[in-house]
Amino acid sequence: MKLRRWFLFPAWLWMALLFFAPFVIVLAYSFLTRGPYGGVWGPWTLENYQRLFDPLYLTILMRSFAMAAAATALCLLFAFPAALFIVRATRHRNLYLQLVMLPFWTSFLVRTYAWMFLLRDTGLINTALEAAGIIHDPLPLLYNNGAVLLGLVYGYLPFMVLPIYATLERLDPSLMEAAADLGARPMAAILRVIVPLAKPGILAGSVLVFIPCLGAYLTPDLLGGGRTVLVGNLVQNQFTGARDWPFGSAVSITLMALVTVLLWVLLRRESEPLV
Amino acid sequence: MKRWLAVYAVAFYAFLHLPLLTLAAFSFNASRFTVWDHFSFVWYRAVFHDPQILEATWNSVVIAVWATAISTVVGTLCAYGLWKRGSRLLTGGLYLSLVTPEIVTGIALLALFQWAFRWLHWQLGIYTVILAHVAFSISYVVIVVSARLRTIGPTLEEAAMDLGANEWQAFLRVTLPALVPGIIAAALLALTVSFDDYVITSMVAGVDSETLPMVVYAMARRGASPVINAISALVTLFFGILILISEKVREA
Repeated sequence: MKLRRWFLFPAWLWMALLFFAPFVIVLAYSFLTRGPYGGVWGPWTLENYQRLFDPLYLTILMRSFAMAAAATALCLLFAFPAALFIVRATRHRNLYLQLVMLPFWTSFLVRTYAWMFLLRDTGLINTALEAAGIIHDPLPLLYNNGAVLLGLVYGYLPFMVLPIYATLERLDPSLMEAAADLGARPMAAILRVIVPLAKPGILAGSVLVFIPCLGAYLTPDLLGGGRTVLVGNLVQNQFTGARDWPFGSAVSITLMALVTVLLWVLLRRESEPLV
Repeated sequence: MKRWLAVYAVAFYAFLHLPLLTLAAFSFNASRFTVWDHFSFVWYRAVFHDPQILEATWNSVVIAVWATAISTVVGTLCAYGLWKRGSRLLTGGLYLSLVTPEIVTGIALLALFQWAFRWLHWQLGIYTVILAHVAFSISYVVIVVSARLRTIGPTLEEAAMDLGANEWQAFLRVTLPALVPGIIAAALLALTVSFDDYVITSMVAGVDSETLPMVVYAMARRGASPVINAISALVTLFFGILILISEKVREA
């Protein structure tokens, strides 16, 4: 028993100093006022939270929600058939799975830059289309909402494939046969038998994609080129450019509250713990 | 049905991997424009002759090695402790730290460091970056090691205790050796997340602690440069080799 206490001690220290303490400081800042030189001052106030209801910031919040929801929906659309393919594969199933996980091992920054390389005015897609004589002026592919959405889908697609794969793998393969025997076409069997049974995986994947998309910073920053401001960019901007730490803190706390609720929804349903 | 799924799978994997493959292919292009000229190592030479890139890479390596060492030890001990008996508070904190948006982690740690600097005469630098990396990589280690602990199961240790081993002996001579593959995998994951991180690092880095992702980010913001393609290819290749080696170690 003594062993366990010693073993958990460094983890508790880490949790207290590098997770709870920063969180408490940010929570306290969110109720304070911005000082004359960008510092944090009294008196205590709720003003920072009230400012969130300013139409300007409300729009950013709604845009982040819409963007995260769209990315989650697209990920689901792309990931489900892929997971189905892997489960049905008779050979090389492990290889296919590894290929989905491979992006986890490559830098997120590099993967985002890859899309800048492809989409920019002098990027590969525009250059190729111009060389083929299809277009004469470059298409504005980069620095818009579409590019951000693409980057988010690309970045978080594996988070959707893996949990769906995990639930599909546990399903009895004869379910499809049974549905076919009872007269269902393959598409109907998938939509009305497999999809409902895959619900836990779909829910887990959706939360796992939605959460990072909601707080995304790098993707909108690089692929949106500053034009697509999401909540993550708002937080960063308040802490660096605008130097309004109290308001930035209030936005962060709001974001954390949303994420916590989503996590709670996931953990309540998930039967298998990670830790 | 099966054929459609296969066709779809080809498109799916192309979407997932072609962007990085073309990025790497164009790192060997002699021209700085996105039109193929001829094969050349000119951008790789540029990488190895740029003192800023070399210094940033060195910083990244130092930070990643320290952060990995600390978080692997703390995370492994934590996973073992939680496996013996769970703690809802600690587990909840682990989950929360995993799902906290990176930018929020970054500003929160910045706020903490700035607050602590009122008493400590430190400033933002390589130490704060290492601390920040330890902060976010411990959860990854705990999750990977916990998964391994569950596959080992409690029976081995029970057998050791039945044969007269005390808690320490059972841990050091039975469970820990069986955990090694999981610990290697966890350390490797910690190393990659630390080496790759831009968002949190950029918030807590000082003037002397610019990392490789920070240089890449600054270059990407300035505009296209095949040098980024070359760095990307090198980093991806390096971690690819590292993962292959670790797979071999685990099999052996």
